[in-house]
Amino acid sequence: MAVSVAPRGTLVRNDALQRVLAFGALIVLFVVFSLASPNFLQFNNIVGILLATAVNGVLALGVTFVIITGGIDLSIGTVMTLAAVVTGVVITRWNLPVPLGVLVGLLAGAAAGLVNGLIIAKLKIPPFIATLGMLNVAKGLALVISGLTPIYFNNAPAFNTIAMGSVTGAIIPGFNIPNAVLLFFLAAIIASLILTKTVLGRYTFALGSNEEAARLSGVNVNAWKIAVYTLTGLFSGLAGVIIASRLNSAQPALGQGYELDAIAAAVIGGTSLSGGEGSILGTVIGAFIISTLTNGLRILSVPQEWQTVVTGAIVVVAVYLDIVRRRRG
Amino acid sequence: MDNVVVLMEGITKSFPGVQALSEGYFELRSGEVHALLGENGAGKSTLMKVLTGIYPKDSGRILYKGQAVEIPTPKAAQDLGISIIHQELNLMPHLTVAQNIFIGREPRSGLRFVLDEQQINEQTRQLFDMMHLQLDPRDKVGDLTVAKQQMVEIAKALSFNSEVLIMDEPTAPLTETEIEDLFRIIRQLREKGVAIVYISHRLEEIKQIADRVTVMRDGRYINTVGTRDVTIQQIISMMVGRTIYETAPEVPETADHETVLEVKHLNRGRSIKDVSFELKRGEILGVAGLMGAGRTEVARAIFGADPIDSGEIIVAGKKAPIKSPQDAVKHGIGYLSEDRKRFGAALGLDVETNIALSAFQKFLRFLGWVDSGKTRTTADHFVKALAIKTPSVRQKVRNLSGGNQQKVIIGKWLTANTDILIFDEPTRGIDVGAKSEIYKLLNELSSQGKSIIMISSELPEILRMSHRVLVMCEGRVTGELPIAEATQERIMHLATQRESYL
Ligand SMILES: Nc1ncnc2c1ncn2[C@@H]1O[C@H](COP(=O)(O)OP(=O)(O)OP(=O)(O)O)[C@@H](O)[C@H]1O
Ligand SMILES: [Mg+2]
Repeated sequence: MAVSVAPRGTLVRNDALQRVLAFGALIVLFVVFSLASPNFLQFNNIVGILLATAVNGVLALGVTFVIITGGIDLSIGTVMTLAAVVTGVVITRWNLPVPLGVLVGLLAGAAAGLVNGLIIAKLKIPPFIATLGMLNVAKGLALVISGLTPIYFNNAPAFNTIAMGSVTGAIIPGFNIPNAVLLFFLAAIIASLILTKTVLGRYTFALGSNEEAARLSGVNVNAWKIAVYTLTGLFSGLAGVIIASRLNSAQPALGQGYELDAIAAAVIGGTSLSGGEGSILGTVIGAFIISTLTNGLRILSVPQEWQTVVTGAIVVVAVYLDIVRRRRG
Repeated sequence: MDNVVVLMEGITKSFPGVQALSEGYFELRSGEVHALLGENGAGKSTLMKVLTGIYPKDSGRILYKGQAVEIPTPKAAQDLGISIIHQELNLMPHLTVAQNIFIGREPRSGLRFVLDEQQINEQTRQLFDMMHLQLDPRDKVGDLTVAKQQMVEIAKALSFNSEVLIMDEPTAPLTETEIEDLFRIIRQLREKGVAIVYISHRLEEIKQIADRVTVMRDGRYINTVGTRDVTIQQIISMMVGRTIYETAPEVPETADHETVLEVKHLNRGRSIKDVSFELKRGEILGVAGLMGAGRTEVARAIFGADPIDSGEIIVAGKKAPIKSPQDAVKHGIGYLSEDRKRFGAALGLDVETNIALSAFQKFLRFLGWVDSGKTRTTADHFVKALAIKTPSVRQKVRNLSGGNQQKVIIGKWLTANTDILIFDEPTRGIDVGAKSEIYKLLNELSSQGKSIIMISSELPEILRMSHRVLVMCEGRVTGELPIAEATQERIMHLATQRESYL
């Protein structure tokens, strides 16, 4: 039978509920893991969790925007790597100043996003396919540009401090929160402002809610779609700089698989895969859930393979919850 | 005339397989309400979409205040001062009312890219005050009823302060009081010199509000006349190119027929309160009430589309636990939604698939193979029987005119051949000719022994079609009238028995 009738008045449920659920889940994870292992609540371990969240979190911030438009970006992981490699080449092979390298890395990410946006908006290729293509293109380019070998930043010690230095440690001795974490929080605040306060944010929601209505209202939907994908690319670029700085090297083979963790973070945080709904706060919580889970399981010496299984299952549960709350009246 | 704002001449427009406009002509003057009339598929919406930059024209010319203009995009139309309320709702459900109204031209605060949300809400509130509309600018549009959503569309169009305002069937989802508000606003605008294009199938409205009438048929301009100079009958003949005679059908005696459906003490939240009624075989039960009376909610509950809190549904004497639309269909209940865009039709699929959709198992052969010959002949049959205007059964439903989409949905439920049919606003947006066809069809169905629940906000329709009338108000059944005792006044009296007054 193919009878379908959507429930009335339930088209829009506040994603706030999912955020509360997610936050509750995060607390539960913390309680369970700290009871299970005395090592979990150690300052160093918490810093480890924060650090692990930073890279995935920045990627997730970016992908939240495209998901709210009703699209998807599968290329964020490898674009991140491409940005890292480009930064590496500029700083170590061309011996140019660190800030310039960072800038070029960010621009490389944005450029990849721009290309995604152009292909999706102008050629009308579905986001899934377009960004799947970009995933491979960026992966290949990263390998080509790096010459298949990791690029180490040994000639530029300043670069490593971008992620691993600690501004807080300089102010409050001993309170060494790595800069990568601070950068993540800063990026989250900026992303949240963009999403809720600016025109770009408004049209991000409008595109996901009813693109045709936006078009008929005179919104240049193509231009804004391109802008959103470019922004997502810019966040991937930032993630690339952070991960390169953190590892003090650009690893061209790394990156694929990161996109799924990032998408998972957004979805767990209440961003709806059907578009129109989502929040940065939710995504930040989602990113913390994933890294806390991975960290806790590792502390409990659950094998790596099983960690993957668990995170995979969590994503399915999160999406299911999203569907359930949508169905309720 | 020197006060002509818009002149469209020799406009043609074709879609694959359809010549939607072959001789579009339209002259609009400032300070007039100009009705654009025609049967379903006559090309009214298409002509206005050409004027508002949604479809490019194939040929012809448009003069705006005497100047030849090209209108390639919706934005270009807005910039000229032309705005439109589309026949279909075009809103973003996840955004608030105010955000929807100002989409694409949000006031900014200080920084160029930063929105001034406060100002959006404030301006919206002023707009609503002017319209006497009780609505919070910060409500999410997806949570509103269709009628409220329509008022948001109207508010949005007004907010442009355009010189030309096009309304494509604005009153279709509205009730009497809302229509009165709208007419008051329209008259105010006319005073100010705004030119208004008004498309509607409710011909009695035309007499009330329009100064001139332009009639179209089959994509052609037929004539423009002053509303005072013609009778409704004359307008109708111009529209259909023939004369329609309507005779009131005889009401069959169904009181002692067996009961096919019994609803007992149905409750759901605040929208359905202790609703009980019976439906007899071969009966047309009209359900009247104002917007928000809970009629659609009851229909949806019976159809299993929404869960109920308590109550029983009894089909043919047996308790029927209906939990989903699938269950309802199994028990022989069909439902035609009032909101065809969202729930009724699969707009992206073709006419044939839509007609076969709710009864696919009828067309299945060995191993789930679809008997496409049979779906084709069935679809062809209903296209002919219901006079659905489409180039072929392969046409996507999205591309049909609004009225023809409705007919496709009716065809779909006739294919399913369920014994109980719930029609929710069956003639909304349907032209006079098609309307009388649908009435004829309802009568035929009931004389074949099918039982029909007909929800309608148009009292003349209720009075003309029903064998018995059920009136609802605020989720309760406030009265039941045999058709012989039903009058507009009595129904309205029952429909306004609000609990707060009791
Ligand atoms: N996008 C489209 N693609 C193909 N055919 C279309 C499209 N839009 C309209 N048509 C066809 O053009 C013709 C005119 O349609 P239009 O919507 O203008 O009619 P209408 O007069 O507004 O009717 P109604 O009163 O039912 O709304 C119809 O035959 C319709 O099927
Ligand atoms: Mg129309």
